[in-house]
Amino acid sequence: MKPSRIIAATAAAAITAAGLAACSESEDDDGITDITVAIDAGLEQGAIDAFNERVAQFEEANPDIDVETQEYTWTATTFTAQLAGGTLPTVFTAPFTDGRGLIERGQIADISALTAELPYAGDFNPNVAAAGSDADGNMWAVPISAYGQGLHYNRTLFEAAGLDPDAPPATWAEIRAAADQIAEATGETGYAMMTNANTGGWILTTMVYALGGRTEVIDGDTATATIDTPEMREAIDMIRQMRWDDDSMGDEFLYDWGTINQDFASGRIGMYVSGGGNYGNLFTQNALDPDDYGLTVLPLEGAESGVLGGGTLAAVSPNADAEQQAAAVEWIDFYYMEKLTVEAAAVADAQALADSGQPVGAPQLPVFDKATYDESLAWVEEYVNVPLDQMTPYTEQIFDQTLLTEPVRATQEVYAVLDPLVQTVLTDEGADVDALLEQAEADAQAAMDAAA
Amino acid sequence: MATTRTDSSRTAARAVPRTADRPGRRGPRRSSRRGGLHTLVFLLPMLIIFGVFSWFPIGRAILMSFQQTNLVTDPSFVGLENFQTVLADPLLWTAVKNTLYFALLALLFGYPIPLVAALLMSEVRRMKGLFSALAYLPVVVPPVVAVLLWKVFYDPGPEGVFNTLLGHVGLGPYAWLQDADIAMPALVLEATWAAAGGTIIIYLAALTGVDPSLYEAAEIDGAGIWHKIWHITLPQLRGILLITFILQIIGTAQVFLEPFLFTDGGPANSTVTVLLLIYRYAFTNSLGGDYGAATALSLMLAIVLALFSALYFRLTRSWSNS
Repeated sequence: MKPSRIIAATAAAAITAAGLAACSESEDDDGITDITVAIDAGLEQGAIDAFNERVAQFEEANPDIDVETQEYTWTATTFTAQLAGGTLPTVFTAPFTDGRGLIERGQIADISALTAELPYAGDFNPNVAAAGSDADGNMWAVPISAYGQGLHYNRTLFEAAGLDPDAPPATWAEIRAAADQIAEATGETGYAMMTNANTGGWILTTMVYALGGRTEVIDGDTATATIDTPEMREAIDMIRQMRWDDDSMGDEFLYDWGTINQDFASGRIGMYVSGGGNYGNLFTQNALDPDDYGLTVLPLEGAESGVLGGGTLAAVSPNADAEQQAAAVEWIDFYYMEKLTVEAAAVADAQALADSGQPVGAPQLPVFDKATYDESLAWVEEYVNVPLDQMTPYTEQIFDQTLLTEPVRATQEVYAVLDPLVQTVLTDEGADVDALLEQAEADAQAAMDAAA
Repeated sequence: MATTRTDSSRTAARAVPRTADRPGRRGPRRSSRRGGLHTLVFLLPMLIIFGVFSWFPIGRAILMSFQQTNLVTDPSFVGLENFQTVLADPLLWTAVKNTLYFALLALLFGYPIPLVAALLMSEVRRMKGLFSALAYLPVVVPPVVAVLLWKVFYDPGPEGVFNTLLGHVGLGPYAWLQDADIAMPALVLEATWAAAGGTIIIYLAALTGVDPSLYEAAEIDGAGIWHKIWHITLPQLRGILLITFILQIIGTAQVFLEPFLFTDGGPANSTVTVLLLIYRYAFTNSLGGDYGAATALSLMLAIVLALFSALYFRLTRSWSNS
């Protein structure tokens, strides 16, 4: 080989090696640490502007950190693909139900040494903190928000049907009657239910909890599926009656979280069950008319009844190096947590949101304690722009309700097992409920055993 | 076996002296002079592209089918466990049944319709280009857009597009995608609409290759249009028909887009197909997915389709050559 060729080949190899080495570095030569942070997908421009404003404030306060935004919304399927493909943002969010599993599988970065240094590390509600902690109590993911399920309703449709929107249904029987009245008077769907992408199981479990039942019994390391229960049968009977006797559930029975939000925001649905803090998504992603909106608590009936609650964790990608992990925790603290604990941060966040026309003050449940939560609300009172008066049936009662965590063993898989059960009940008038429950219980048990 | 060995030895014995006679022409130098090295250099980009984007993933998938992995932590070999898991899943047989049902319906509607359309269009004397463009238009529409469009058509309410049209003749309203009995035919209808254009173009191209003198001779003999189609057109298209048939089978066995976007396998698993099940194995569990089971089922599907294709071509070889 000629010397010139040897030089060229050596140079090419060196450049390649240098390029590859550069790819693995998060910190530039100038000492800047690069991280990507999640921003909800599909936001209106105002919401994007507000987010970018917060990013600018963060970078100003942390000149050694460079933040890039990446559109990200947690869904079971896309999250798995991004996790496997290593394309998650450095800071991303995940539901409480996945926290322990992600930690046990080593699928998120262990930032527990960093979270332990946060000034409010010991102030979390223990039940909330557990969702992001390992068995020894080390916090790998930070709980940033919590919710209790609620009944969202369309006030305009209530009025059109002759119902009082300030006195929403307080029992399941009243929900059924109101749904029937809305469907009869307006021709729109009285009560709709999610059924797809694991949401059918989620909502059915919510109803079972509200009627006093449970879908699993945990005894030490053993989990037993309890699908065929009187409470489950009561929930299914209720759905069947609304669907087939009253014909008040409309024509669409393949809703998932996104599509039911769309139809509710466009005024096609009278009532549906979803997370109590859903107003923000309805407004920023589905152009909900605030005047239409109403929110109340779920009726709790039965001795052991409670409202299913959940929440969101902020976690760090397993691909992040030490500098990125430290920068990521700084961001979590700045963007998600300071507005709950520091008045100036809460005001800055609320002002940025309000200035760009984004909702401020949608109800949530406290991740610390109620006093801290109330205090944080008081800080931003002047910026609150959501129709809180229309949510008082929820905000005045939710703290008196028993909050129950979602099932813990193979949560999403069991929800997936329940999806076809709900779909069958809604689409087949002659559905054999006994057989469906027997099959679902066997499948749920198999999923729990596989996850053990 | 002894005979085979002897035959091989003879072959080798014959081969050795031939190369030994011309020692100066052996080796890479000769290959380079004759263009072999150049060929290799020009092939290299394609070999790399295929290697990186096709063969390596295929090899990796085969490997993964014997592993338990979440693609984040280290994998572990589990032997045939993934295959056993898949075969023991009751939903597999639902998915296989649904896929066969889709394939059958697609064959009944999707196979003859493009052929008939192409034959009719080939008879058209004017504006043939316009008809070809119209037929091909659905292929140009992005699949996701097409599905969203058809979702509007399939609105189950009385005000839905199809229900409104059918309502004028006293039919419906039908629940379409919300009814387990008609959801699959509804998917086939859209899939046929979306894919027919491409096949029509293939048939139209093939029809131009049919010798016009055959038709002229048939006309002189007094043959009508049906006789001409049956005795000239179809036999002349035989090779293309065989290929499109097997492509249709392979394509429908891998149907994913329609059940995924229209129904996500519902209602009540009535539209879960094999590929959707593979997707569910891999991605439904937000905690990492069962990539082992997903690749195991993918491998099984590939083997079944390969065997089917081989058998099909073997059985139809005489027909296509005759």
